[in-house]
Amino acid sequence: MPKRTDIRKVMLIGSGPIQIGQAAEFDFSGTQACRALREEGIEVVLVNSNPATIQTDPDTADVIYIEPLKAPIIAKIIEKERPDGILSGMGGQTGLNLTAELAEMGALEGVEILGTPLEAIYRGEDREQFKALMQEIGEPVPRSMIINSVDQIDEALGIVGLPAIIRPAYTLGGAGGGVANTAEELRRIVELGLQYSRIHQVLVEESVIGWKEIEFEVMRDKNDCCIIVCGMENVDAMGIHTGESVVVAPILTLRDDEFQLLRTASIKIIRALGVQGGCNIQFGFKDGDYRVIEVNPRVSRSSALASKATGYPIARVSAKIAIGLTLDEITNTVTGCTPSSFEPAIDYIVVKVPRWPFDKFTRADRTLTTAMKSTGEVMAIGRTIEEGFKKALRSLDTDIATHTDKNEIRMLLSHPTDERFGCLFDAFRQGFSVEEVARLTYITPFFLEKIRNIVELERRLQDPRGPAEADLLLARQYGFSVTELGEMTGMVSTVLEALFGLPAFKMVDTCAAEFPTETPYFYSTAESVTELTSTGNRKVLILGSGPIRIGQGIEFDYCTVHAVTALREEGLEVHIVNNNPETVSTDFDTSDRLFFEPMQLEDVMNILLADDYEGVMVQFGGQNAVNLAVPLQRAIEAQGLAVRILGTSPDAMDMAEDRDRFSELLDRLAIPSPPNSSAYSEEDAMRMANEIGYPVLVRPSYVLGGRAMEIVHDDVELGTYMKEAIRVSRTHPVLIDSFLQEAIELDVDAVSDGTDVLIGGIMEHIEEAGVHSGDSACVIPTQSLSDSVIERVRDYTRRIALELGVVGLVNIQLAVKDDTVYVLEANPRASRTVPFVSKATGVPLAKVAARVMIGRPLAELGCEERSFDHVAVKEVLLPFNKLPGVDTVLGPEMKSTGEVMGIDYDFGRAYYKALIAADNALPTSGNVFISVTTDQQAELRFIARTLVELGLSIYGTQGTVEALQDDGIEAHLVRKVQEGSPNVIDMMRRGEIQLIVNTPVDKASRQDHYRIMRMAVDFGVPYITTLAAARAAALAIEAISKSQLTLEPLGHYLGTR
Amino acid sequence: MKAVLGLEDGTSVVGTGFGVEGETAGELVFTTQMTGYMEALTDASYAGQILMFTFPQIGNYGVDTKNFQSPEVKALGCVTREVAEVPDANESIGRYFRDHGLLGCTGIDTRALTIRTRQHGALRAALVCGDEATSEYAVELARAVTPITEQDWIPLVSTPELYEVPGKGKRVAVIDLGIKKNMVISLFRRGADIGIFPHDTPADLIEAWNPDALFISNGPGDPQRATAAIRCISDLIGTLPIFGICMGNQLTALALGGTTHKMKFGHRGSNQPVRFRDGQIFITTQNHGFVVDCESLPEGADACYTNLNDGTVEGFEVPDLDIHCVQFHPEAHGGPRDTESHFFDSMMRRI
Repeated sequence: MPKRTDIRKVMLIGSGPIQIGQAAEFDFSGTQACRALREEGIEVVLVNSNPATIQTDPDTADVIYIEPLKAPIIAKIIEKERPDGILSGMGGQTGLNLTAELAEMGALEGVEILGTPLEAIYRGEDREQFKALMQEIGEPVPRSMIINSVDQIDEALGIVGLPAIIRPAYTLGGAGGGVANTAEELRRIVELGLQYSRIHQVLVEESVIGWKEIEFEVMRDKNDCCIIVCGMENVDAMGIHTGESVVVAPILTLRDDEFQLLRTASIKIIRALGVQGGCNIQFGFKDGDYRVIEVNPRVSRSSALASKATGYPIARVSAKIAIGLTLDEITNTVTGCTPSSFEPAIDYIVVKVPRWPFDKFTRADRTLTTAMKSTGEVMAIGRTIEEGFKKALRSLDTDIATHTDKNEIRMLLSHPTDERFGCLFDAFRQGFSVEEVARLTYITPFFLEKIRNIVELERRLQDPRGPAEADLLLARQYGFSVTELGEMTGMVSTVLEALFGLPAFKMVDTCAAEFPTETPYFYSTAESVTELTSTGNRKVLILGSGPIRIGQGIEFDYCTVHAVTALREEGLEVHIVNNNPETVSTDFDTSDRLFFEPMQLEDVMNILLADDYEGVMVQFGGQNAVNLAVPLQRAIEAQGLAVRILGTSPDAMDMAEDRDRFSELLDRLAIPSPPNSSAYSEEDAMRMANEIGYPVLVRPSYVLGGRAMEIVHDDVELGTYMKEAIRVSRTHPVLIDSFLQEAIELDVDAVSDGTDVLIGGIMEHIEEAGVHSGDSACVIPTQSLSDSVIERVRDYTRRIALELGVVGLVNIQLAVKDDTVYVLEANPRASRTVPFVSKATGVPLAKVAARVMIGRPLAELGCEERSFDHVAVKEVLLPFNKLPGVDTVLGPEMKSTGEVMGIDYDFGRAYYKALIAADNALPTSGNVFISVTTDQQAELRFIARTLVELGLSIYGTQGTVEALQDDGIEAHLVRKVQEGSPNVIDMMRRGEIQLIVNTPVDKASRQDHYRIMRMAVDFGVPYITTLAAARAAALAIEAISKSQLTLEPLGHYLGTR
Repeated sequence: MKAVLGLEDGTSVVGTGFGVEGETAGELVFTTQMTGYMEALTDASYAGQILMFTFPQIGNYGVDTKNFQSPEVKALGCVTREVAEVPDANESIGRYFRDHGLLGCTGIDTRALTIRTRQHGALRAALVCGDEATSEYAVELARAVTPITEQDWIPLVSTPELYEVPGKGKRVAVIDLGIKKNMVISLFRRGADIGIFPHDTPADLIEAWNPDALFISNGPGDPQRATAAIRCISDLIGTLPIFGICMGNQLTALALGGTTHKMKFGHRGSNQPVRFRDGQIFITTQNHGFVVDCESLPEGADACYTNLNDGTVEGFEVPDLDIHCVQFHPEAHGGPRDTESHFFDSMMRRI
């Protein structure tokens, strides 16, 4: 049956900014869906607020709206575009919720919901409806009972049994709940829970903590053909969110009859839900018994993982099914010769390990629970489980703390945090038995045996008599790197390399080699026969960016994909190495060849040694890839390879990173920079800081995302900092910069070919200097700078790029104070603002850069800096609502996870849109609480007056209220939090505050500030933490009360449509 | 212990033996199924073959005897990338192989061997386990073994005499060519009163048992060599409804005057897509190295099941003669159970 002819135009809703629980997987799925639909001649209208996505590229969708993902806005777009259908399941939970909301408000008249039907959205989302449906089809869900009185406890005990989980209704953060193992405990917790609950109600639910957690990715088409794409098994048992768990594919510890029991149930469930497309189903499984835990009737992070783990493009196939194709009509693009109506057979082990942001949020509660806290993940492929584990750990690219204290290990095993996976190794190193670890962690012994195998081997390798050759070879099969083995055994790497030879590269081909394949991808393994064949074409390897973490987000994947696309257009064969399963760059058809690998020097060298590469590109993958430049250069020379690092030379990169060398360069060019110095010791630092004058900005060299960057005000703070910072980077100095207070910060992204420089965009930060550029909102074009300043910015950018010898991208950060333009730093690599600049201006910077890097002169490429009538604002998304306990103050350490863009014809409206998109929508009426320091009160006047004129009411504490009243601005008094009621927290609780302006101040009032901000996050009250942003907000509220938001596709602004 | 796998084309690979010392030779075949290794090893259709798993981790949940498809391992040997030394449950496969005198080889680049098989077709092979094993000897042994098309394995795996599995329903006579346990269970669960006959039972003996239907099981080797069973089936055609699975499908086709041929490397796995006449698609378990030639089927036969990967016949029906056969395995074990009721329920309805 051919595709439907009545569907010609389809709207696809993206998932918005990257945030905890919703990462790059939806760009991957959405992009794949767009391509799949356009192949069928369908016009795709895409709405997403996230500019750093491939799906919002003109190459991917036909009509692109970068607009806030809010139902009223999308409803207007639907009215304007009149699509025939809306594809609901590609934008994660955001996309599903919006679809339901649009349907409820009647905005989908004449627009068909494709893929996941509305019913399935409700039945998947609503616990009661879900339970009812499962009972209807005879599928078991955890037994539960809602009780309102202590009299019902015995009945609940009979129905639910023990252990039981008690969840009080309507308490914040689950207060008053718990797990009961005995009848006595049940009674006690229920009594407490009933007291805590506002409506005197608790849910008593059968506990499945410790059961095996199994997931299935199921597909179904309109003919009711159902297939299982992949079964996955969580190494961490039930009780830890699958996104927080180490996961393996395929399922490893279920017998066939057990597996088939769940497979059959999965198919029954997808049929009952009526989903056409992909669906994720989670089970708890124990001793032959199972419970259906959750259903996600859409693509998900798990489906992205399943796609990468098997080679089966779930989103692509789901999109085709949504427009009426059937599984047997869709070709398996990997084999090119078989239909998609089959179940992938895999002949390797896939391991996924999450990446957590706790290196950035040291105060956060690191406990792993059923809520997600990780920002990203890595995937590794091996032929043994041990190899999968070791490669995954290597891909994480993070320090893994080791623990030796047995009590501490016991604690970490039974109270899982991000450290637990590493701690499993520690436990065996300290002689724990598999039984004990299994008892503490609920992890099934099979996986623990594998970890113990690794640890046992470590022990043998460290034998003082030297390791046996057989053990070395086994270590290779277990995925130990040569570097690691060298450190462990003291053996020279060349000796080990000679013993091992090059690793084999095997294919991911969906079919376990049963059929020949057209577009497979590769992983390395310690086997004898490699499947790589060289094509003899000119080829380039591009290093990807690895797991999404704070400071290294989807922006670098965007740049990677653009570089690949440009080079393929130039006729080169382009290969990618990356290990992040969520991304577009690791989609099977993005590059000519994909390597799913860790990205340490050794892993990259193995790829370079396996084929004849003309070049390798390191500047698109973020800091980790850049950090490889110098070592890679050395290794290439040592091996005598012909391959070159393309673009800016490693030495030039080093010149930009090395503060002393860079300072010399600026001096040479007579470009001002804030007084600065590099210190290698605490004494050094003290002396220099006093010379420069406090406050100073201190940070270690060679970091991305401002790790361990701080503003220090005196010797004491500096002393504390130095003790911690030295640990951060032993081989590199600590940089000390004069801190330019209240300066305007600028970012410039540019491309140079060594002769000419193309300025992509000059961005003005909305927050003043001191807030990390990655956390600062920024605007194109600049709003408050004179032509002379801008001319100097351009001039400095050009001269620095040329003097450094940049070939490719460069990002320059500047600060303007008292009409002086200071250069803060230059980074000759892709920056996180490249996608924003490209979207705002239409200049595809990363593509231009890639072309320049293979020798095309800029003059030939016909790109120039463009000017427009519109304004584009980038705002960031902060993860505070997902991380209980963390400090919400912005500073020089980057904290944001993602970004959104607002675009309109003036700053106010663009900023307003950006804030809506970042879930921090400004009120146009109601009450604003303002708390600033005395020296900021002069500036506050303009802001407060504007807000009052627009009809908002101002609330503040004594100092602020008095200052405003002195200027004739009406303001209402509340008490400081520590003075008791009535205070701002009470008002927030009652829903009486619509906006908070609270600037971080001195240490004394910081506690108050912290509590207010935490409550604002918890109550979802929009908040602003800098005066500059407050000023911008006032402008935005003013703009919005005077004119309507513009809703036009991106092409309208850029003049391409 | 050393183990050497030699192939008739002269290649040999060295791995580690995980059963007992010894040697065996036969056809090397691969299956892509990821679970159900014991179901496969105990499936009599693998008699005469060395079974290689493309999935690299075998033995994860140990030896689950209750899912055996016959009382013991029927494959000549087992070849894997790795066997789990300490399984998650049950006794380990290594232990079981040692206790039962079986031959296994682990530590092999099974993917490379699978690709070789895909490219050259199923090869004759020999597995030699023991520290004295040499490549030369293993290859020599592989070259000396009689091709599977010239061996008779059915007599070795069929029941020597009739036995019954009584039920309250319709009487089903089964020709046992090496029947998988779950075929019997699938019939029994539907109330069938079952008589299981040796492979060479003449038609009159079966008729004398008064069956309501004839069912022909799976089995090993080349269907053309099962001449006694073919004769029996052709004698019974038209007298009662006939159902066949796998070898049963092939023998019925042959009894109808059709032909079969040996496939390059066959279909073995639990992910094979089959389209039924009405457009329904099933994911099926398969294990066959021979296939019915579509054009050889007589007039009135409907080759109503097609393999979507390569278009081969996966079953046929002759409505006038009440014949219904499938090449795939609706009884599963291992593999998906999507066709169990499709086949067995409609079978029982038809009788």
